[in-house]
Amino acid sequence: MIAVEVKNLVKHYGKVQAVRGISFSIDKGEIFGLIGPNGAGKTTALRIISTLLTLTDGSINVMGFNLEKKPEEVRKIMSYLPEDAGAYKNLTGEGYLEFIANFFNPKTVRNMVAKGVQIADLGERINDKVDTYSKGMKRRLLVGRALMTDPRLAILDEPTSGLDVNNAQEVRNIIKSTAKKGTTVLLSSHNMLEVEYMCDRIALIDEGLIVEKGRPIDLMKKYNAKNIEEVFMKVVKK
Amino acid sequence: MSALGNIIKKEIKELLTPATILPIVILALIYGTMGSSIAGIQEQSQEPPIIGVIDEDDSTFSTNVVNILNESAKVMFNSSSVFDKQKGLEELKQKNGVALIVIPSNFTENILNKQSGQIEIYWIMKGAGVLDTISSNLVDFLITDINTNISLELIQENSSTNATNATFILSPTKRVETTYLKDREIPGLSPTVIMSMLSSQSIMTPIIMMMIIIMSGGIVITSMALEKENKTLETLLTLPVKRTSIVTGKIVAAATIGLILAVIYMIGMNNYFQGFGVSQSGINLADYGLVLSSPQEFLLVGISLFVTLIAGLALCMLLGTFAKNFKSAQTLTFPIVALAMIPMFITMFADYDTLPMGLKIFTFAIPFSHPMMATRALLFGDYLMVIAGIIYVSIFAIIIIAVVVWVFKTDRIITGTTKFSLNKIFKKKKLSK
Repeated sequence: MIAVEVKNLVKHYGKVQAVRGISFSIDKGEIFGLIGPNGAGKTTALRIISTLLTLTDGSINVMGFNLEKKPEEVRKIMSYLPEDAGAYKNLTGEGYLEFIANFFNPKTVRNMVAKGVQIADLGERINDKVDTYSKGMKRRLLVGRALMTDPRLAILDEPTSGLDVNNAQEVRNIIKSTAKKGTTVLLSSHNMLEVEYMCDRIALIDEGLIVEKGRPIDLMKKYNAKNIEEVFMKVVKK
Repeated sequence: MSALGNIIKKEIKELLTPATILPIVILALIYGTMGSSIAGIQEQSQEPPIIGVIDEDDSTFSTNVVNILNESAKVMFNSSSVFDKQKGLEELKQKNGVALIVIPSNFTENILNKQSGQIEIYWIMKGAGVLDTISSNLVDFLITDINTNISLELIQENSSTNATNATFILSPTKRVETTYLKDREIPGLSPTVIMSMLSSQSIMTPIIMMMIIIMSGGIVITSMALEKENKTLETLLTLPVKRTSIVTGKIVAAATIGLILAVIYMIGMNNYFQGFGVSQSGINLADYGLVLSSPQEFLLVGISLFVTLIAGLALCMLLGTFAKNFKSAQTLTFPIVALAMIPMFITMFADYDTLPMGLKIFTFAIPFSHPMMATRALLFGDYLMVIAGIIYVSIFAIIIIAVVVWVFKTDRIITGTTKFSLNKIFKKKKLSK
């Protein structure tokens, strides 16, 4: 079953063409990666799918909802983790999770917060103010926030950004197990090795265009490359 | 380039942005326009005052008085009968007159009998601003001058007799004053006294009002700036919550703080008015109806203040969408401060009723003017002005809130720019064809 369908997505910022007509679809429970260098259009595409930005042209369907016509419905079933997201500094970690959970079904608030606390895995520090957290702790809290709502679609922009090796590995495992439970994941990353490890399928994006897409293993075979990084270099040089 | 020069160049480049300069340029233009309008009022007020004279005495000293008045003022109404007083007042009101001076029939006789000669002054006060009393001050000087002239004559006449009563000679005339202010007759008080009693209100009310607007406005702009700086806004906008709820939530929260401030303000103002009930000179302003007394009047001032706060906060919210971080938020409070300062100065120096039409429209259009003018308007029973102000400010607030919600639905809130592109609309139309 197709969870997300993007058709000819175009986004202009004035004269700048950030996204120049990309198309892809993601199956339910799949982890799909948008890979590319800085300024390739990854974040813009993710922001549009997460209803933050309007699209210039094209169409997007999320779980059967047309994004332009029913953004409120999409927000109910989707969770977005921006690359450099922050949390309210005056709240405690748990207070922040509760603040977010209160936007959803009141009956599930307690369970959501418990799940968020578990994913964030900050121990006693969950009761401290966010202002006192390190960058890594904040990121884990935000990953917890993004996944605690059991979203049908999780959009994660550089989910392991700012995390050390151990924490990054832990977050990757959480994302993988979340997908196994049925959540569709759309993520972006600079880290090609991470993508190779996590994603079922990827799309390589460069200068606002998708230049290649498929399963990582198939792409590596097609380009006779040892890893996705090499695939990307070969595709871009073509 | 030296290291110092390099730093200076970079700092200037960073600080000298359109966002920094534009508000100051706009403010300079506004103050320039305001200054020339006020200068116009001042020039107008410094022309010889228009007065009327009723000389019932028609004798030595009264003739001197009339001559002095004719020399230094424009006497537009002349009569010899006190029965023409009402007619004279009506005529002077039409001709922008300042005062009707009545010299009773026994004026010269009383002075010759070493009794004070009475001069009745009927003041026509158009407004209670500082600039409104310039003309009446000129007449005030003339009356003092008349007193001095009669003193000189009496000294010359009595110098040889040694029968001089110094107190009488120094003050041979006595004033009996009545002021007509906005259809209200205030016996025993001159415009200068009334203005000085009201001026403390005229100065304090706008200052307190401005402080509340600046404080709660700053809260909203900073809140928006912090949402952007701390990168929490993007998350908030992807949650299942309507844009209108986010905007309303922020405005209502700041307005609640504003309301608390307003309540403190109202309690303070109530005590302030009670304190002014009996002034140092023993004049009870309450006797003249020059203090707010009824709960309805306080309620109207409160409503005016609250709707203005909502309008101000909505405006701040709109400006807050331009804020990129906490630093830029500080600059963005500037237009709000300017908007609050303009009516503050206008209401301190002039009365709304006596402003030129252009300045009147300009003052009315600034939402912050209304609570500043409400107190004085209610003192003189101008309920229509206050209610019209509340209606105007409410409409203004609704429009601004609608604009803010619209901005929240556009890319501007994230990217900082909005392209309201006609091309896009046409393109969509073409596609639909």
